[in-house]
Amino acid sequence: MAEKITGAEALMRALEHEGVNTLFGYPGGAIMPTYDALYDHKKTLNHVLVRHEQGAVHAAQGYARVSGKVGCAIVTSGPGATNTITGVADAMIDSTPIVVICGQVGVAMLGTDAFQEVDVVGVTQPVTKWSYQIRRPEDVAWAVSRAFYIARNGRPGPVVLDFAKNAQTGMVEFEPANVDFIRSYDPYPRINKEAIEKAARMINNSVKPFALLGQGVELGNACDEVRAFLEKAQIPFGTTFLGLSDMPSDHPLNMGILGMHGNLGPNVMTNQCDLLIAIGMRFDDRVTGNLATYAKQAKIIHFDIDESEFNKNVKIDVAVHGDCKESIPEITALVDEAKHDSWISGFKPYAEKEYNKVINKAINPTEGPLLMGEVVSRVTEATGNKAIMVTDVGQNQLFACRYFKFSQPRSVVTSGGMGTMGFGLPAGIGAAFGAPDRTVCVFCGDGGLQMTIQELGTIMEQGAPVKIILMNNNFLGNVRQWQEMFFHHRYSFTPMDNPDYELIAKGYRIPSKTVVDRADLAAGIQEMLATPGPFLLQCAIKEEDNVFPMTPPGANVDEMLLG
Amino acid sequence: MQQEQCPMGDYKKVGGQCGDCSTCGKCDRALKRGERPAEKVKKVEPIMEQDNSTKLYTFLIYSENIAGLLSQISAVFTRRQVNIETLNVCASSTPGVHKYTITSFCDEEMAIMLTKQMEKKIDVLRANYYTDDQIFINETCLLKISSPIMLANSQVCSIVRQYSARIVEVNPTYATIEKTGITSDILALFNALNTIPECVLQFVRSGRIAITKSKVEHLDRYLAEREVRRKEERR
Ligand SMILES: Cc1ncc(C[n+]2csc(CCOP(=O)(O)OP(=O)(O)O)c2C)c(N)n1
Repeated sequence: MAEKITGAEALMRALEHEGVNTLFGYPGGAIMPTYDALYDHKKTLNHVLVRHEQGAVHAAQGYARVSGKVGCAIVTSGPGATNTITGVADAMIDSTPIVVICGQVGVAMLGTDAFQEVDVVGVTQPVTKWSYQIRRPEDVAWAVSRAFYIARNGRPGPVVLDFAKNAQTGMVEFEPANVDFIRSYDPYPRINKEAIEKAARMINNSVKPFALLGQGVELGNACDEVRAFLEKAQIPFGTTFLGLSDMPSDHPLNMGILGMHGNLGPNVMTNQCDLLIAIGMRFDDRVTGNLATYAKQAKIIHFDIDESEFNKNVKIDVAVHGDCKESIPEITALVDEAKHDSWISGFKPYAEKEYNKVINKAINPTEGPLLMGEVVSRVTEATGNKAIMVTDVGQNQLFACRYFKFSQPRSVVTSGGMGTMGFGLPAGIGAAFGAPDRTVCVFCGDGGLQMTIQELGTIMEQGAPVKIILMNNNFLGNVRQWQEMFFHHRYSFTPMDNPDYELIAKGYRIPSKTVVDRADLAAGIQEMLATPGPFLLQCAIKEEDNVFPMTPPGANVDEMLLG
Repeated sequence: MQQEQCPMGDYKKVGGQCGDCSTCGKCDRALKRGERPAEKVKKVEPIMEQDNSTKLYTFLIYSENIAGLLSQISAVFTRRQVNIETLNVCASSTPGVHKYTITSFCDEEMAIMLTKQMEKKIDVLRANYYTDDQIFINETCLLKISSPIMLANSQVCSIVRQYSARIVEVNPTYATIEKTGITSDILALFNALNTIPECVLQFVRSGRIAITKSKVEHLDRYLAEREVRRKEERR
C-alpha cells in the first residue's frame, strides 16, 4: 500500500509537481497545517513572507507577468483571504495566471460563522476564473492540477483554492494528478479557416491598415509571430499599456501607445484607417474613448482567445477566435507583402507635433522642478532600455508607460484594468523573483507607495533587488489633475503631508537617496543602479504637473488635449 | 491669452466651452482657484432607454454538476442589469449534466453577450438562447383556493373547467388546483379566479421549462466533439 500523507503534505507535492518553486504568503490559524508541511519543503518551495496578504497576490502577479509561469500565493482564512481580493480581481481583469490558496475552517464548522470563517468561494467567484473549495484530502491532487491548468491555459486568470482544515490534516495516499483536459472548457479553440481567409482578403485590400496590440500577444507567446505578420504586410501598430513590451519600442512600425494618455498619432489615426486589426486586446474604454465615434470609418478584425470579447464594446466585422500563436501565422501565410509608406508617413506629423508640444518639454526640461517624464526617461536610458518596468497607479504610471522604453517581451508590470494603487511595490518584489537576472524598476507615487509600504520589510528581509523610484509630488497627483481639469481646481483631499521617506528606508535598512536638483538626477540614478540589492530613489517632483496628451473621459479617440 | 492658444483649439472643443483644461486662462474653469462657478443645468439622461427590440428570450444552459454554478450564472444576468423572469434547474437527460432554463427580457445583442459570458464559466458546457418559435414550452402552476368560497360560488368551478385546470385535492378548508400550459393561460386562470374575493389563498408557477425543436441535439454533438478532442490531445 502506498504511503499515507496529510492533505497539507499532498499540497506541497502537488505544487512541486506543477513546477512551483516560489510562494508568496502569510500564515495564520486555518492554514497552519500547510505551513507546518511547508517547513519540510523549504529547499524546493521558496516561501517569501510578505507583510500583508494583498502584497502576496501582487507579488505573485509580478512574478507571473515577467516569468510567464503561474504565480502562487498562500494565506490563511477569513481576513487573510479577504485581504487577497483586490489582487485577485486585478489578476482577473488583467488576465494574470495566479493560484491563491486560502486556509478555511474545517468542513464540520462551515456555515456556522466559525472563527475566521468567510465564504471565500462565494466572495471570489465573480473575480476568479475558477474558485473551488477542497473539502477532502483526496481532492488535493486533482484540485491543484486543475487549478494550474485553468490559470495558465486559454485566457489566463486567477484561481482560488479554499483549503478546509480537515482536508489539510486528513490522511491520503498521494498520486499526482495531471489535468490536461476539461470537457466544459476549450482553452484553445480551433481556428476557423473561413475567418482567416476573410481577414486576409480584408488586409490585402486595405490601403490604410492599423493594428492594435494588447497583452494577449505576450500572453500567447506570439510576439515573434505577430512581428512577422506586421512586417510582411508592413502594418503600423499601436499598443495598449499592457502590450507595451509586445514589440521593441523602437520598431519602425511601432506608432506608440493607444488610449487616454497614449500618443497622438495612433489615437488620431484610429479614426482615419480603413482597417483596424486588434490582436489580444479588449477595447477597454480607456483605449476607445467615446464608442459612438470610435473607428466608425474602418472595418475591424479582432483576434482573441476569449469569445466573449467579440462585439462586447466595439462592433467588429471578422472575429478570429483562438490562440494568436496559431492564428497569426495562418494569416501571415495568406497576406501579401505590401508597403503602406504614405499611410505610415502620415503618422509622422502627429508624432512631431506631440514631440514638440509635449514630449520634449516632459523629458528634457531645462528649468523648474524635476518632472516625472524626465526621471523615467533618464532611468530607461541608464538601463539601456532593458529593464523591467513596474508601476504603481496614477501619474507615475502614466509617465512611466509613456516614457519607459522596451527591448524585450514581458517587461511591463502595471495594473491596467483595475488601476490598483499599492500594486507597484509588491509586484516589483514578485518581478525580482520571477526574473532574477533582470533589473526591476518600480515607479510609484507618494500615495501608492504608502498603500503597501510595509512590503519594504519583505524587500529588506529578502534583499530583493528592487529599484524603487518614488516620484514624490506631495499630491494624489492623478486625482488632483482631474480636479484641476474637471472640478474647477477644487483640491478636495488630494494634497498630502509626507513622511521622511529616507528615514523610513533607513528604518528598513534599505539604501536611499533624494534628488531635488536636475543636476543630481543622473548621479542618483547611477548610484541606485550600481548599488547591489534594493534602493529607494526619491525624486522631488513638480507639485502640480499634468499628464498630457489626454483624451478627456467620454471624448472621441482623436480629440486629444495636448496641454 | 489668445483664444487660439487654447490647447483645445487643435481639435474639436469638448464640453462646449473654452477648454476642459485650465491652462489657457480664458474659460471660467480657471477663474479662481477652488471657486465653484455657477451651476449649469445638466441634461438628465434617462438611465435605461426603453428598447422596442426587447423580447422574452429563453436561455438553455448545460453545466457540469459542480456546486456554486447557479450563483455564477445568475450573476451574469445581474451584472448586465437583466432581470431573470423565471428560472428552472434540474438534472438533464445526460448523466452528470445539469440543465438551466432561464427566461429574460432583453434584446438579441444582450442575449448573445449573456450566452457568451455564461459559456466563459469553466464548468458551463453550453449556453444558447431561443425565441418562443424555436422551442416547445411548458409551465405548471398550483393554486390553493378556499373550499367554502368554491362551494358558495359556482363560477369558481366553471373557471377551472374553462381553463382545463385540474382539481387535485379537496378538503373542507381548501382545494388544490393544477394547470399546465403556457404562461399566458396560467396567468389568465389566476386572474379570473382572483376576481372572486378571498378565493385564492396561494398561487405558484414553476417557471418555464423548454425543449428545442431542432432536429440536432447540440449538447450531444458538443460532448461528442469534446471526446474526440480529448483523445487527440492525449496523443
Ligand atoms: C486603491 C486605490 N484607491 C484609489 C485610487 C484612485 N486614484 C487613482 S490615481 C490616484 C492618485 C495617486 O497618487 P500618487 O500615488 O501620489 O501618484 P501620482 O498620481 O501623484 O503619481 C488615486 C487616489 C486607486 N486607483 N486605487
